Amino acid sequence: MLADTTASKPEALTTASTGGPTTPSGHPPRSLFAGRARPGEAVIKLVLRLAAAVAIVTTIGILIALLVPAIGFFREVPVFEFLFGDRWAPRFADASFGVLPLVTATAWTTAIALLVAVPLGLGAAILLSEYARPGLRKVLKPILEILAGVPTVVYGFFALQFIQATVLREWLQLDTGAFSVLAAGLVMGIMIIPTVASISEDAMSAVPMSLRQGSAALGANRMQTSLRVVFPAALSGIMAAVVLGISRAVGETMIVAIAAGNQARIVTGPLEQGQTMTGFIANAALGDSRVGSLEYDTLYAVGLLLFAITLLVNFISIRLVRRFRQAY
Amino acid sequence: MDSTHDDAPVHLHPIHTGQVSATVARPIMRVENVDVYYGDFRAVTEVNLEFGLHEITALIGPSGCGKSTLLRSLNRMNDLIDGARVDGQILFHGENIYGKGVDPIEVRRRIGMVFQKPNPFPKSIYDNIAYGPRVTGMKVESMDDLVEESLTRAALWDEVKDKLKQSAIGLSGGQQQRLCIARAISVRPDVILMDEPCASLDPIATMRIEDLMQELSKQYTIVIVTHNMQQAARVADRTAFFTAQVSEGTGARTGVLVEYGTTTQIFEDPNDQRTEDYISGRFG
Amino acid sequence: MHTLQDSLTPSPTMPLSTGETSRERRPAPLIFLILLWLSLLIAVVFLLTLIVNIVLEGGSRFGAQLFTEYPASSPDRAGARPAILGSIWVIGVTAVLTIPVGVAAAVHLEEFADKHHWFNRAIELNVQNLAAVPSIVYGLLALAFLSLLGVRDKNIVIGGALALSLLILPVIIIATREAIRAVPSEIRDGSLALGATKWQTTWRQVLPASVPGIATGSIIALSRALGEAAPLLLLGALVFVSFDPNGLLSGFTTLPIQIFNWTGRPQEGFHELAAAASIILLGLLLLMNGLAIFIRNRYQKRW
Repeated sequence: MLADTTASKPEALTTASTGGPTTPSGHPPRSLFAGRARPGEAVIKLVLRLAAAVAIVTTIGILIALLVPAIGFFREVPVFEFLFGDRWAPRFADASFGVLPLVTATAWTTAIALLVAVPLGLGAAILLSEYARPGLRKVLKPILEILAGVPTVVYGFFALQFIQATVLREWLQLDTGAFSVLAAGLVMGIMIIPTVASISEDAMSAVPMSLRQGSAALGANRMQTSLRVVFPAALSGIMAAVVLGISRAVGETMIVAIAAGNQARIVTGPLEQGQTMTGFIANAALGDSRVGSLEYDTLYAVGLLLFAITLLVNFISIRLVRRFRQAY
Repeated sequence: MDSTHDDAPVHLHPIHTGQVSATVARPIMRVENVDVYYGDFRAVTEVNLEFGLHEITALIGPSGCGKSTLLRSLNRMNDLIDGARVDGQILFHGENIYGKGVDPIEVRRRIGMVFQKPNPFPKSIYDNIAYGPRVTGMKVESMDDLVEESLTRAALWDEVKDKLKQSAIGLSGGQQQRLCIARAISVRPDVILMDEPCASLDPIATMRIEDLMQELSKQYTIVIVTHNMQQAARVADRTAFFTAQVSEGTGARTGVLVEYGTTTQIFEDPNDQRTEDYISGRFG
Repeated sequence: MHTLQDSLTPSPTMPLSTGETSRERRPAPLIFLILLWLSLLIAVVFLLTLIVNIVLEGGSRFGAQLFTEYPASSPDRAGARPAILGSIWVIGVTAVLTIPVGVAAAVHLEEFADKHHWFNRAIELNVQNLAAVPSIVYGLLALAFLSLLGVRDKNIVIGGALALSLLILPVIIIATREAIRAVPSEIRDGSLALGATKWQTTWRQVLPASVPGIATGSIIALSRALGEAAPLLLLGALVFVSFDPNGLLSGFTTLPIQIFNWTGRPQEGFHELAAAASIILLGLLLLMNGLAIFIRNRYQKRW
C-alpha cells in the first residue's frame, strides 16, 4: 500500500536521507527556502489598501466639500451674524443669514423625538434584557428591525397625512396648521426607538449576571434590580444610546422636510411649524443654485454646521461606548 | 553556524539546566540555544535539541512549559503571533530557518503540522487533500493519484474512497484527524509536527493514530508534543522533558528543557530528579 | 425601620414567602412591568397604524397604471414607472460600486493590516464616524464632487449611485468584517501550515466561508439605500422625469423621490398615489430583507 512512488516524481524524498543539500560541484547551495516570486500578491495587497483608504478619502472629501464653499460664505457673512442672528432669509432681497431659526426647529424636533424614543426605547431594552423570555425576543427583535427599516419618506408621509392632519387637527382639535414640529418629532421618535433600544440593550446585557444574582439574593424584585443595579451599571452605555439617538434626530431630513414645515422662523412651541437645518438644505436644493453663488455657499455653511454638530455628538457617543465596553 | 554535511554523529552541548545522555545518529533538524519571546515575556529558554531522521521525538512535560511554543517555532507558525521572536538558530538540513532570505512559506511546506483539534476545511475530502499541492504550485501528473496516495498513507483511503466529494466536516473526529494528516503529507514534507494530535480523540481513534505514526515515521520525521506520558512511551524513539521555571520577581513561567534522550533511558533511568518526579507522577 | 437583618431572619409571624406577599406582585413592580409592555405596545400600534393607513390610502390607486404610467399633472393619469425602474437602476449601480470596494477594504483591515499602524487605526476611526454622518451630507459631497468634475446636469444615475455608494460603504465594511471575523482561526492556521500564503488563505478559504455573511450584510445595506431620498434631492432629482432610465448618464428618479414629490402636492389624488408608491417600496424592502434572512438561515455556517 505504501508503494514507493518517489522514483517517478522529481520531488524526491531522497534529499531527506542525506545530511544536507549538496550540489554535484560542491558549491554552497541556494537556500532550501528560497521562496517563489509572487508579484501578483504585492499588487493585490496594494489594491486592498487603496480600497481601505477610500474611507479616509471620503472623510477628507466631505471636509473639503463643506469647508471650501463655507469659507466663501463666511467671507460675505460674518460668523457672529450667522450663528446668532435670528432671521433666516437667504433668498430675499434684503437677505439675512441668522441660522437660529433653523437651529430652534432642529432643537424642537430633536427634543420631542427624544421624549418619545428614550422612554419607549429603554422600556423595550429593559424588557429584552431583564425580563427575557424566549418567545419575547422572537417577537420584539423583528418589530424593532421593521421600525428601523421603514424608509423615512414613508414616515414623513405618515406624519403629515395621519398624525398632523388626522390625529392632531381632527381628533384632538389642536390649534395647529398644516405642519408642526410635534408631528415630525413624534414620528421621528418612533423611528429612533430601535437605535436607542439596541444600544441600551447591549449595555445592559453586558452587566454581569453576578450583579443581578447578588441583588436577587438580597431579596430585591426585578424592578428594583433593573432600576437600581443594572441601570446605573449600564449608564454610560445607555447615555451613548441616547446621544446616538440625538445624532440621528439632528441629521434626519425627510420626515422634517415633509411634516415640520418650510418657513424658517423661531419656533417657540410644539404646535408651530418651522424649518430645520436639514429641511433647509433639502428644500434649497430643490431650486437651482449656481456653483459659487452665495446661495450655493449658504447650503454648505448650514451643512458644515450640521456636520460639526453631529461629529461632536458622535464623538461623545463613541467615548461613552468605549467606557462601558471597558468596564467589563 | 554548523555546516557539517556528513553523517557523523553529533554530540549535543551540555546544558546547564540538566544533562544530555544521547546522541542522534542522523539529525535532520537541530535547535541551537533557542529562546522564544512573546514581546518581553520569555516563553522558552536555552533549548538545545536534535531531531533524528525517520525518528519520532516526543516533547513531554506539564502544561505551560513552552512545548507547543517550541513546536510552533519549528515551522515558523509562531511568526503569526504579534511580538513573537526567536533567538538562536533552528537548523533544517544545516540551514537556519530564521536566516535572511528564508521564505517562511517554504519552511511550512517542508515542515508540516497537525493540530490539537482536527481542522478540516469546509470543503470536500478531495479538495482538502488537493488544496496544499494546488496552492504551493506542485507539479502533479495526476491529482487523483496524489489524493489517493496521501489518504492511503494516512490509513484513511478505504473509509472515504467512495465519498471523496462529500464534505470533510461530516467525518468523525478520528477520521478528521487522519484527514488532516493526509493533508499535511500531500505537500511532501520532510518533517511532520504534531501538537497533541490525540487530545480530542477517544482511545480507539488515538490507538489508530499512534499506529499510523509508527508507520509514517518510516518515511517522515515526526515531532510530537503530548501530555500523555504513556503515549510518548509507546510511540517515541526519543523524548525531551520540559518543565517550567518560575521567575521570582514576576511569577512568570519560562519553559526549560530538563533532559533529552532515548525514550527507554528517560523513562527507566532518568538523569535528573525532576524528570524522575514527573515520570513517577509526583507532580505535573 | 425595616433593616437588612429583618429581611434575612424570618420572624415566626411572617411567612418566608407565599404567593401573596411575593415581592414581584406588589403594586410598584407590576406597574413597572405594565409600563414596559406599554412601550412595546405603543410601538406595535404605531407600526400597524402606519401600515393600515398606507394601505387604505393607496389601495385604490394600486393597479396596473401605477406600474406602467409616467408622472403626469393629473393624478388619474400618473404612474410610478420611471421611479420603479430608476430605483432598480440606481441600486444596481450602487451595488457594483460599493460591494467590491467595501469587501476589499474589510479584507485589508481584517487580514492584512498591521493593527498598530496609524494608517489602519485612522481608517477604523473614519469608518466609525462615516457610519453616523447624516445622509444629506453625502448628497452635499456628491454635489461638490460632480461640480468639480464640471458636470452640468447632476441628476444622473451615476451621480446618485455615487452618493448612495459612499453612504452605505461603512455599513458594508462593518458587516464584511464581522463575517470574516467569524471564520475560525483554525482554518487559517491549517492553510498556512501547508505552505499557503496569506492571500491564498484569504482568497481560497476565508472569503468563500464568509460569503453568506457578506451577502446578508450587503443586501441589508442596499435595502437601506433603496429607501434613501435626501442625498438624491441635492442632485436635482426632483426634475420632472417622464422617461425610462437608459444609461449611467441618464436622468432618473427613484421611488422615495417620487413619493416625496407626490406628498408635497395639494391634490388628494397625489397623496393616494404617494401611499400606493409607498406600498411598492415597502414591498420591495420586505423582499430584500426576506432574501437576506433566508440566506443567513440557510447558508450561514455554524462553526
